[in-house]
Amino acid sequence: MQESNRALMIKVWIGLLVLTGIEVVLAYVQLGQGLTLTLLMGFSLVKAWMIIGYFMHLKFDRPALAWMLLPPFIACIVAMLAYLLPDGFRAGGA
Amino acid sequence: MTMQAQSTSWSGWANPLGVGRKKLGMWLFLVSDALTFATLLICYSYFRVANEWPKPFEFSPGIVFSSLMTLVLLSSSLTMVFGVAAGHSGERKAAAKWLWLTALGGGAFVALHLTEWNHLIHEGVTPFSNPWGAPLFGATFFLITGLHMTHVVIGVVYLAILAAGFGAGKFDAEDVEVCGLYWHFVDLVWMFVFPLVYLLSVSA
Repeated sequence: MQESNRALMIKVWIGLLVLTGIEVVLAYVQLGQGLTLTLLMGFSLVKAWMIIGYFMHLKFDRPALAWMLLPPFIACIVAMLAYLLPDGFRAGGA
Repeated sequence: MTMQAQSTSWSGWANPLGVGRKKLGMWLFLVSDALTFATLLICYSYFRVANEWPKPFEFSPGIVFSSLMTLVLLSSSLTMVFGVAAGHSGERKAAAKWLWLTALGGGAFVALHLTEWNHLIHEGVTPFSNPWGAPLFGATFFLITGLHMTHVVIGVVYLAILAAGFGAGKFDAEDVEVCGLYWHFVDLVWMFVFPLVYLLSVSA
């Protein structure tokens, strides 16, 4: 592996660990379910792209591949949030 | 008009997406597998809305323990990246070493996860009931983390077969890359399971 590429992958790995660390802190400080959920899903989407784009190389493949593969993921995440967000923000949801 | 002029990149024996057929096949499988997990997570999120959902995980040791599992799985993705890179530069021995290391990370994840399961089962959590109300808690927990753990176990076997064969001169660099896609996907799924199943269920 080229040294620059190896350094990039280590940076991505450190980034993933840092984001995971922030997520764990969020679970500890308990900002309220709605805000926590929103932040967690935001971080998870960033982490997902770091894994898909860099580790799985999709960022460096032909864009047509990403256009073919990613739409169902996005549809699923939207469907999931349609249920999760009402849970997070419902009255009394601590 | 000649055949040459008529043919487009979609007419066969061409490579319109710029990836090999094995890699494309694995990607398509992973999309369908992602939909399987998404279905389970969508059901899980519906159950959370429809029930008073318990929040049984103590921050310590529960969340600390599952954070350690996350660290192990993320690190095994990095060793996989190095394995794929070594495979592409033709360093078979080095690639095999990285693949074995990745398999070891996967094995450690499974061992930690089973320890956690064992702990929860001793607390009385089963797929049908648990001490905290909302019986579906156990059903979704064991189904989602169990399906994920099944993927990790299959991945470890896959890695072991590949590492042994690749080190001995069998398989090619694309085979290693395809295995890498699978392994990173297992990691990717955990990036949603961990916050949704664990971090949202921390006891206040």
